[in-house]
Amino acid sequence: MVVKAFFPTCCASADSGLLVGRWVPEQSSAVVLAVVHFPFIPIQVKELLAQVHQAGRVGLAVLGTWCHRRQEAEERLGPFLEGLGAIFSHEPWLQLCRERTSGLWSCKATRQQGPTRPGVKDQVMLVFYDQRQVLLSQLHPPAALPDRQAGDATASAEGLAAVFDTVARSEALFRSDCFDEGPVRLSHWQSEGVEASILAELAKRASGPVCLLLACLLSLISAARTCRVFKLRPLSFIWSKLSVCGQLGHRLEQLALVFSTQKAESPAQLMRKANVLVSVLLDVALGLALLSWLHGKDRIGQLAEALVPVADHVAEALQHLLQWLMGAPAGLKMNRALDQVLGRFFLYHLHLWISYVHLLSPFIEHILWHVGLSACLGLTVALSTLSDIIALLTFHIYCFYVYGARLYCLKICGLSSLWRLFRGKKWNVLRQRVDSCSYDLDQLFIGTLLFTVLLFLLPTTALYYLVFTLLRLLVVAVQGLIHLLVDLVNSLPLYSLGLRLCRPYRLAAGVKFRVLEHEAGRPLRLLMQINPLPYGRVVHAYRLPSCGCHPTHSWGSLCRKLFFGELIYPWRQRGDKQD
Amino acid sequence: MEDEQSFSDICGGRLALQRRYYSPSCREFCLSCPRLSLRSLTAVTCTVWLAAYGLFTLCENSMILSAAIFITLLGLLGYLHFVKIDQETLLIIDSLGIQMTSSYASGKESTTFIEMGKVKDVVINEAIYMQKVIYYLCILLKDPVEPHGISQVVPVFQSTKPRLDCLIEVYRSCQEILAHQKAASASP
Repeated sequence: MVVKAFFPTCCASADSGLLVGRWVPEQSSAVVLAVVHFPFIPIQVKELLAQVHQAGRVGLAVLGTWCHRRQEAEERLGPFLEGLGAIFSHEPWLQLCRERTSGLWSCKATRQQGPTRPGVKDQVMLVFYDQRQVLLSQLHPPAALPDRQAGDATASAEGLAAVFDTVARSEALFRSDCFDEGPVRLSHWQSEGVEASILAELAKRASGPVCLLLACLLSLISAARTCRVFKLRPLSFIWSKLSVCGQLGHRLEQLALVFSTQKAESPAQLMRKANVLVSVLLDVALGLALLSWLHGKDRIGQLAEALVPVADHVAEALQHLLQWLMGAPAGLKMNRALDQVLGRFFLYHLHLWISYVHLLSPFIEHILWHVGLSACLGLTVALSTLSDIIALLTFHIYCFYVYGARLYCLKICGLSSLWRLFRGKKWNVLRQRVDSCSYDLDQLFIGTLLFTVLLFLLPTTALYYLVFTLLRLLVVAVQGLIHLLVDLVNSLPLYSLGLRLCRPYRLAAGVKFRVLEHEAGRPLRLLMQINPLPYGRVVHAYRLPSCGCHPTHSWGSLCRKLFFGELIYPWRQRGDKQD
Repeated sequence: MEDEQSFSDICGGRLALQRRYYSPSCREFCLSCPRLSLRSLTAVTCTVWLAAYGLFTLCENSMILSAAIFITLLGLLGYLHFVKIDQETLLIIDSLGIQMTSSYASGKESTTFIEMGKVKDVVINEAIYMQKVIYYLCILLKDPVEPHGISQVVPVFQSTKPRLDCLIEVYRSCQEILAHQKAASASP
């Protein structure tokens, strides 16, 4: 089988030495991690490898020799390198060589034992990889990693995930650089100097106490919240109805997750924390921008002044609508008496509502100003407040819808029950089915009379129900759009998207290969690059859990409920009690 | 070793197949489609602009003309970046895997790599496509649960859609390498 040698690109210009890495026998591939330079003492090299084995549970070994030379030096190094094969015995023994002037490569892999003749050479294929990128990247879907506690370091990661796994576990090997005074001189991606950033280190030191402080604060707030809410009954009812409170609770939970003093166990948890933090920061930034826009140029005053005339205008439009229904709407002939009763009832209700709004009008500016301050907690909170204000201002439409729906529902129930009586059947509650029943003559007479009355009054009630249901659905649609926007801001993983944009090698969907310049007689050289995850999959993998304001009914059940006059709450939050 | 031949696709358009034999264990097949023709581009642009001018004479709103220019530009960029595939490449490396690359007209490349451990076989399948019966090359993937089952069928050269003669060439080369791979994996 062809022997694949994974060689880091940073070592291609290193001086001659020993190749150190891991041999994966199932795929017949050698993952080279570093080059040990001359002079070295073999015992110390073996000690270093044992140290790395203990730290990362990965079995490293000396795989072969690396020779970066000029033509003239060939004779001196040749036998020396052959002799090293005797000290560090490894099956197969790799001998990689590169000429300094022409840049041509040559490789040999020899086996001393095995099914074929001893000393036979295998074909070698060189695969170059960028060590830094492979170390920092995460494969999606993550390969099932074996337990860290397992005694032996046999990583069962399949295929190319084994390469990623090996490099990730050998971090201890990359800690020394060329400025260290250690016994062994290594060449790897950090040998020019260990990468670090002052800001990152300072942030790490500061994050401990800051997280502790914020975690205490958040736990105090949530404790205060839980003890107050469950004490007072009317307060808890209002709490559950307002979407602002739901959004604030959600944000509190997320912040508690971010500032918890426990370290993230897996990379997925770390990404989630980072996503939540970036999402909260963006939210607050947008909220502050909105706040500054609102409070500049007295826009709150303008909004308050415009609010009452708008409410008046809506009420006037509703009055016109009711007058139209009380006449002959769309040319339909209604039952005069019922029409007048219903119309007058709704008109009176509307009149009451307008009086209450006018009562509140001097306080509206102050209320708006204080409520507008909530925008500093985030854009999502401001949008939820807007949705709640819309709900409160259109409360009369909601009331009309409920009255119309209940009347219609009663009518439908009565009609279905009397229709059964008309046919001589009844509903058996015990058996939950329709049974035949013999009625008395007077029962049949009254039943048929009532059935006729209800049937002929049906168009009027149905029309009122239809009109108010449409209005209610319009308001619900507007609220739904706002909730959708809030959901979007809540659940978009901005940190992951930013990472995909700026450091695409961190989120890897797989690898891709490119064949490098090939000459006859020379080994095949490939370049392995990281294939980044597409944006759609990034969002799918890292999206944050949202508040849960998804429609709980399908279209079919919604239509069924509308037909039978049952009340609909399409944007019910998860976990709410049913009305 | 490089080699170029001319074939045709299922609709009769010209295709160019470039074969590169890097080594006995590594081969690459590159199918190139004809480029975007100036004639079709001019035709589409003229149609859109004539329609916009017609709307403009009706509505007397100059925004329609600027909108039409904008739409044409965006549409062209979107077409070049997301739809028009210039070249499809199949790289098969013994004991590593099979890689499929599609290069778009704007230079974007989208790559998929399948490891050799997952590949069961490469076959030519028949399919009914609209009113035609066409042949296509596909890679069969192993099922991790069932040893003789197939978990997925991955079609190759989906946009260029070459005819059977071209597919047979590619198939023969792939089978040589796969046979080599199976022989190597059978022996310990």
